[in-house]
This record gives sequence, structure tokens and C-alpha cells, in this order.
Amino acid sequence: MKLMLNVVRSQPFKALIAAFWGALIGLAVAYLLRFLHDLIAVDLLATEPPPFATELVLPGLGFLIVAGHAFAGVLASVGFLRDTLLGRILYYGSESAYVWGIFGMTVSGLLGNGFVNAIRLSVGLDATLLTEPSVVFGGIMSVVGFLIGAGVLSDWMLWSVGEDAPLKHGAPAGKPEWFRYLSIDVNHKVIGIQYGYTSLLVLLIGGLFAVLFRIELSQTGMQFLTMDQYNTLFSAHGIVMIVSILLGVGAMINYLVPLMIGAADMAFPRLNAFSYWIGIPSFILILLGMVVGGWDTGWVAYAPLSLRAPLGVQLFLLGFYMNGFSSIASSLNLLVTVVTMRAKGMTYFRMPIFVWGAIAASLIQVTATQTVGVALTMTIAERTLGLSFFNPAGGGDPLLYQHLFWFYSHPVVYVFVLPGLGIISELLPVFSRKPLFGYRWIALSSIGIALVGFLVWAHHMFTAGMSDTLRIVFMVSTLLVAIPTGVKFFSWVATMWEGKLSFETPMLFVLGAISVFLIGGVTGPILGTVPTNLHLHDTYWVVGHFHATMFGGFIFPFFAAIYYWYPKITGRMYKESLGKLHFWLMVPGFWVMSFGQMSMGIVGMRRRIADYDPALGIEWLHVLVTLSALVIGWSVLIMIYNLIASAVTEPMAETNPWGSRSPEWQIPSPVPEFNYDVPFEVVGEPYDYGLPGAEYIKMQPAASGD
Amino acid sequence: MSKTRHLVNVTLLIILATAGFYFLFAFMFPLPTPAVTQAGPIDTMFQVHFLMMAFLFALIMVIMLYAVFVFRRKPGDEEDAVHTHGNTTLEIIWTVVPTIVVLIFGVYGVLVFNDIRAEQEDEMVVEVVGRQWSWSFSYPEFDDAAAGELVLPVNRPILLHMESEDVLHAFWVPEFRVKQDLMPGRVTELRFTPTVVGNYKLRCAEICGLDHSGMLADVRVVSQAEFDRFIEAARDEPAWAELTPEERGEIWYGTERGYGCVACHSLDGTPGVGPSWLGIYMAERPLADGTTVIGDEAYMRRSILEPDAEIVAGYQPGIMPANYGERFEAREAELMASQGIEIDIIDDLIAFIRTLEE
Repeated sequence: MKLMLNVVRSQPFKALIAAFWGALIGLAVAYLLRFLHDLIAVDLLATEPPPFATELVLPGLGFLIVAGHAFAGVLASVGFLRDTLLGRILYYGSESAYVWGIFGMTVSGLLGNGFVNAIRLSVGLDATLLTEPSVVFGGIMSVVGFLIGAGVLSDWMLWSVGEDAPLKHGAPAGKPEWFRYLSIDVNHKVIGIQYGYTSLLVLLIGGLFAVLFRIELSQTGMQFLTMDQYNTLFSAHGIVMIVSILLGVGAMINYLVPLMIGAADMAFPRLNAFSYWIGIPSFILILLGMVVGGWDTGWVAYAPLSLRAPLGVQLFLLGFYMNGFSSIASSLNLLVTVVTMRAKGMTYFRMPIFVWGAIAASLIQVTATQTVGVALTMTIAERTLGLSFFNPAGGGDPLLYQHLFWFYSHPVVYVFVLPGLGIISELLPVFSRKPLFGYRWIALSSIGIALVGFLVWAHHMFTAGMSDTLRIVFMVSTLLVAIPTGVKFFSWVATMWEGKLSFETPMLFVLGAISVFLIGGVTGPILGTVPTNLHLHDTYWVVGHFHATMFGGFIFPFFAAIYYWYPKITGRMYKESLGKLHFWLMVPGFWVMSFGQMSMGIVGMRRRIADYDPALGIEWLHVLVTLSALVIGWSVLIMIYNLIASAVTEPMAETNPWGSRSPEWQIPSPVPEFNYDVPFEVVGEPYDYGLPGAEYIKMQPAASGD
Repeated sequence: MSKTRHLVNVTLLIILATAGFYFLFAFMFPLPTPAVTQAGPIDTMFQVHFLMMAFLFALIMVIMLYAVFVFRRKPGDEEDAVHTHGNTTLEIIWTVVPTIVVLIFGVYGVLVFNDIRAEQEDEMVVEVVGRQWSWSFSYPEFDDAAAGELVLPVNRPILLHMESEDVLHAFWVPEFRVKQDLMPGRVTELRFTPTVVGNYKLRCAEICGLDHSGMLADVRVVSQAEFDRFIEAARDEPAWAELTPEERGEIWYGTERGYGCVACHSLDGTPGVGPSWLGIYMAERPLADGTTVIGDEAYMRRSILEPDAEIVAGYQPGIMPANYGERFEAREAELMASQGIEIDIIDDLIAFIRTLEE
């Protein structure tokens, strides 16, 4: 173990990683140049370059670029070039856990792939890099390889051989503070921010997919995508956005919950890091799935279509499955943290309300994720090993897959929205200067939604072929969701009533969230009653309803949270004008998009189709929806710019710019390593705005001795 | 302003906004013109839902926007607002009232559902088969008369028995409102009574792979007289022995009695999911691996029996089912048994392809 550590920490090995990293960058540059060449020479100028250019010059140039970058990587690793931008990217990149992980992923994946291929060759089967069983086994191994390479498992591996591995705090030796965010770090705030920027990055990728196929849909007929590209893009859009949302939920929970309950960190810091880092290879597998053939099943991967889909579906299923580990581990961690690490005097009904949303979401994640894991494993096994669970030809049942799938995948939408709704409840009192109306009712409604959420999954299957009795049972249980959801809406508007409202960007996004979640809410019951569902099922009505719940329940509150806690995280204030611009582009954009989608759905636009019938007369609606999608996309880019630029240019903000009573605003920004230098005691209610002299927390006198 | 004043304002605004949204929704959500009996109660339910949507949307939006405009913080005001923690009576009201409304909707839903699912007298069964990416229909009442379009007599209750040959599909004609998935290995059913003569489109509504968007079929609701004429034409089993191989090949190519080749292979040179059949006989076929092959009879036979063995450049492997050999043999044996004729379906198809010259 020690010997291995010494090998990987030696200079030649680091240089090897740097060469690998350099080669990766070189590949990206070469492909970009190739793309530009094709675009300009072939598409724009309509010329066919002479054969020697395409067969000799371009590949040769590509090779030189890759090799050059790899060599530069080695140089940067041993100490040269570090005053140049490329040198710094090469050096810090090659030291980061991401690149080490990807290196481990590549090596391990190829080994796994080769292992199965060697067995196949020895028994006389065909064996290539893309043979399905080899791809699957290579995929599984690659995740393990990533975790080992990145160093997520190092402490546990050291323990297993009896070595000591204490928790490390602060930046790695000889590296600047920001380098922590590129390393395996166990501090909950660092992990929270890692979740956050990864979530935004993944959001941009998923959004790019959406924009591409939205442009394709703005006219009938196929424009610039083929049908299988279209199918892969919309399928990937679904799962990529789900990954992004889960990461965003992780960001909010990890950063906020320990601060809000007065803990120094999460209960299991190493497990916390593991939960984040296993999400990275999962996501990479999904992207690789798009490269090795794509898939055309949507993110639901219904059998038996999933059993016949192209190879890419395997890596998608595997990535989806691996991401489940992240959900289970992080929700377990959160539950233990909240149960055991609350500050003195913080009873459950005195916690900041966001924590209730986090608990409700975690209860779902920790109990439901397993069933989708089972469904995905069964599909992978059915394809790879020839077992028969879902294919009727072998005695299987396609409906079984849908039940297993939706038993997780319905409740999981509450995992997405409950923390977001918690953010709405958390911010409204601050910007209304009034106590949260009906704290206990809101807290319990979160738990209520989580519980009812387990009883409604089959409403996704009203047309699937279930018996009439089951359809009626699930219709009634589905409608029940409206009750706890209604409690939240009524409590929110009651909180604002007779308040003293102010409209900084976070508050605007909270109001936007309520309006958009309301669209999602009121368009739900019409889908819940079976007779109306039969018309709307699998149409764009569902697409509109679903996007409204996701934007209102997660995206808008997440953005509100980012703006709201931005001064806490960076110590600086974001640019208010850009924040408002972002809001005023995104809200009308979303309203138009949402109603446009529902409108075309009712006319006859089916979900998941690459092309539609011009006779439906909905082309203008598609143009409208595409334009609003572009507006939303640009507005998000404005936010990204704001977040990056403000961290550099804006002056330091006040400690508590919003006048919040929450404990995290009573300490300096950015927050110290262990949060509260002295523990606090809860002596009052969290939202007693307007009650003179009412305290929520009291900082305890330092070093009382226990 | 007093508390009551605010409440009166808000109540009036909610009533106005409800009416406004209801009319807006009528414009924004135009249901396709209904064409079956079952659409009646469903559309009524849609209207009740739209009204409810308009009310709930107005209720929350009006209170929220009213608060935004009336209860805004005055510049320079640093004081907090009133200190109210909640109101248990209110909470109970807005828990209990929605519960009652939800239960009413539940009962209403059950009543309408039972109504539209109710067995009708004198139902005509039509068997529907879906496959990637085409439909076929047959009429057991009329000696299994077969068709590639769904033709229905007006005002006769219809019961569909549906099954899929491969993956999930869904039967949906927007004017008929009701929708039902097709599953392999299980027969699902759907009831409706067409009431309006006209042409409609059947659209597959469950993602079924590459050309899901193109999985359409014509639906014609016709008068009884026209339906009788249609059935007469459709019920005649072709006298296979009297047809030429080319004519038989054309039948196999279609969806009515054939194998739905038409779903992926055009006859006019348009590339589809698979290559067009126009002018491929004895033509040089560029393959995905860079080699070429001559489109002779042996090649065509291989392409049907082992579709993934030689993939034409620009097309994907793994799409065409590899079980046509077995299915053809079964059909050939059946024709041998019933009509005593010996037919080779692949030979017929090749003969048909040979007629397609550019």
C-alpha cells in the first residue's frame, strides 16, 4: 500500500498524468480545429480539400497538437511554463482529482474491457472495443478506477491495511486556497460548492442539448439533425438534467444544513466526498453512451425498447445506476447529521424550514433509489447476460419494468422539489420581514408530500395496460398530492400578506418560483384524473406540466438560493442589475414556453417525436417555444457571468446583508473552516421577525470546558 | 386601508381574474373537434378542470401580486412587519376544503371513467397490430379482412383488441380522446363509438425507437354503405396462385397483408430508416465498412435474413428485426396447408424489387 502510494506520488508518475492531461487538451483542440475546418472549408465555402490535406496534413497536424500538448504537460509538471496560462492549466489540472480520476477511469475501463475481450477471444467469440459485454464490464471497472484514481477511497484503503489516515483540512501542501475545489476535500462547504459548480456545468450541457433539438423542432421536417441524433439528444437531455438537479440539491443540502443546525460538518465527511465524486464518472459514462451509439429510449428506458436500443443505452443505464450510490450515501449522511448534530436547544420545530425539506427529500432518496437500481440492473443483465425479466418472448413482463422504474422515479421528483420549496419558505420571511406563516404546517406538509409521493407512481402508467381498478385507486391517491401542496401555497401567500416586501434578486426568483410552480401545480390534477389523462398522456401537455414543476420547484429556487447565499459563500455581493435582468428574461420566457408546450400538447403534439405533422398547425407555437428556450438559455449565461465576474470585481459585502435571523448569517463570510468558533444555543423561534427582542440563537461563551 | 377593504379588493380581483383566465384557457387550449361519443363526458370534465385551474391560478396569483403591489416596503423603512405566526383555523380550512374538493374530483373521475369504459351493445371488434413503425388492422367479424388503414362505420361501437409485435406503442387519435398502449405478449383493449364521418390520423404516442414520430396510420370514419364496400374489397383473400410473384411481392411489402417493409424502405428513392428499394437490383451497394457489394439475389436474401451482416453506408445496424426468415416460413407453411400453393416470399420480394427501375 505504502509502496503504491510512493509510486503514484513520485515525479515521473505525476509527469505521466500531466502528459495524459495535456493529450486530452490537445485532443480537444485538434477536434475543435477539425470542426472549424469542416465548417469553413466544406460547409461554408463548399470546397472539397485535396486528399493529401484530409488524409495526411490534418491527421498529422492533429497528432502534432496532441503530442505537443502532452509534452507541454510534462514540462509544466516538472516546473517549467508555469507563468503561462496554458502551463498553469496543465500543471494545476494534472494535479487535480478530476484528471487523476479520469486517468484511473481510462486505465481501469480499458483493462476491464480487455479482460472480457480476452475471455471472448479464448472461446472464439468476436472481440472489439465496442463488444457489448466488454463495454459493460469496462464501464463498471471504470467507475472504480475513477474513485481510486481520484483518491476518494485512499483513506479507507489505508485503514484496511492498518495505516493511519486522519481527516485533512485546508488546501493541499504548496497549493493555493482555490485548489481545494479541484481536490478531494472533506469540508461540507467545499463539497457543497463542488456540487454547485458541477450542477451548473451539467445544467449548461443539458440545456445545450435542449436548445439543439428545440431549434430542430422549430420547423417541420428534419433540418440539421438525423432522427437518431434527435432521439439521443432528448434522451440525454432528460437524464443529464436529472443529474444536474441531484447535484444542485446536493449543493444546497451540503452547504446549508450543517450551517443551519450549528454543526461543524456532516456526520460522515469522507462518505460525503464519496457521494459527490461518484457522480462524476456516472455523468461521464452517460456522455460516453452518447458517443458509442446513443440511445432512443428517453430517460425512462422502457422495456422492451431498451433491450433493442443501440449500445449507448448500456452506458446510460450504468451511469444512471452508479449515480444512485451518490443519492443513497448522501441522504443517509444528511439524516444522521440532522438527527445527531443539531445545536443545543434546536428542537425539530425550531430548525430553519429548509432543513425539513432536506429531511423529506433524503427520506425518499434513502428508501426509493434501490428500486430503480434493481430495474436498471435487471435491464443491463437482460441485455448482457441474456436473462429474461421484461421481454415477453422469454416470459418476462414489460409492465414490471414500469412499476419498478416509477416506484423510484415518481418520488424522485419530490426529491428535486422539496428542497426547492424549502428555499422558498426560507427566503419569504426574510424579504417580507414577517414570520413564516404556519411553520409546523409547512414542515409537516413536506413530510406529507414525501409519504403520499410513494403511493402515486402508477399514474405514469394510466395508458400502459393496467386494470381499471388499479387506475381508479391511483387516480384518487394522485389527487391527494394536491392537499399538502396547497398548504404550502396558502402559507406562502399568507406569509407575504401584510408584510413589508422588498424585491432584491433572490426575492424575485422566489416570486418567480411560486408563479411557475403554480403553473405546474394547477395543470397537475387534469393529468391525475384518468378520463382527461387518456387524452393528455404522452403529449406536450405533460412536457409543459413537468417543466413547470421542475423550474418552479427546483430551478428558480436554486437560482434564488445561489443569489441569496452568494455573499455568504464569496464574501462579495453579486451585481444586482444583472440579477434583475436575468429574472426579467427568464420568467416571461418560461411562462411562454410552458403555456406554449401545453397548448400544442392539447392539439395533438406527442412527446419524444423528432418531427411533427404540419397539418396540426402548431409550427408557430414551436417557433415561440424555441425562442423562449433560447431566451432562458441566454439568461442563465448572464447569471454564470455575474457569478464569476462579481467574485473578482465586487467589493466585500456586509456580514448579514439581508437582515436574516438564520445562524449562518451571524458569522463572518466566507464561513470559517469549522463554521462556528463557539457553539450556539437556540433560545427562540427561527422566524420571529417583528417581535422586538426575540432572539433565535445565542452564541455560547467561549470554552466553557465541555 | 382596513383589513376588510383588502379582503374585498382581493375577492373581487380573484373573481375577475378567474373569469379572465377561463376565457384565456379556452383560447389557449383548443381541444380537437370531438369525433366519438366518449369525448362528450371527457370534454365536459376538461371544462370543469379548466375552470378549476383558472380559479386556483387566480387565487394564488392575485393574492401574491396584490401583496407585491400593496405590501411593499417603503423606502427607508427598516422596521419589521406585523408579528403573526399563523392561524390554526385558516390552516384547517385550507386543508379540509381542498380535501373535499379533491374527493369530489375523484368521484367525478370514477363516474366518467366508468362511463367511457362501459361495454356497448353490438360492439365491432377490430384487431390492431403495431410494429416498428407501422400499423395493421383486421376485422374478425368479416373473416379477418385486413387493411393498412383503419376504416370504421359511423355510429357503430368499436372495441379494439391491440397487440404489439416488438416494443411498446400507443393508439391515439386526438379527436377520439382515449389512448391505450400496445404491449408485446398481451392484448390491450380500447372502446369508442365514432360519430363524425371524416378522415383522422392515428399517431403512436409511446416512444418506440428511431422513427417513432413517423408511426402514423390513416383513420377513416365512413357511412355504413361505404364501410360495406371497403370490407368487401378487404375480405377477399387474394388468390395467391393466380398472382404473379411481382404482385405478391408488392403485397408482402405493404402493411395490410404484408410485413410493413414500407415503414422503412421507400420506393421512390427517398432515404428512410432503411435504404430505398428504388433501382437497387444489380446496383453497386456501398457498405458501412467501406467495401461494396453487388445487389444480386444472394445479397438481397442475405439482407433480409441477416440484416446486420452488411449495412449500407449511412444506415444503422440493429434496427431491422432478424426474424423475418422464421416468420416467412410460418406463413409459407400456412399457405401450403390452406391453399395448397408453394410460395417463396423472399423470391416474391426480389421479383418486386426487380420491377423498381430508375
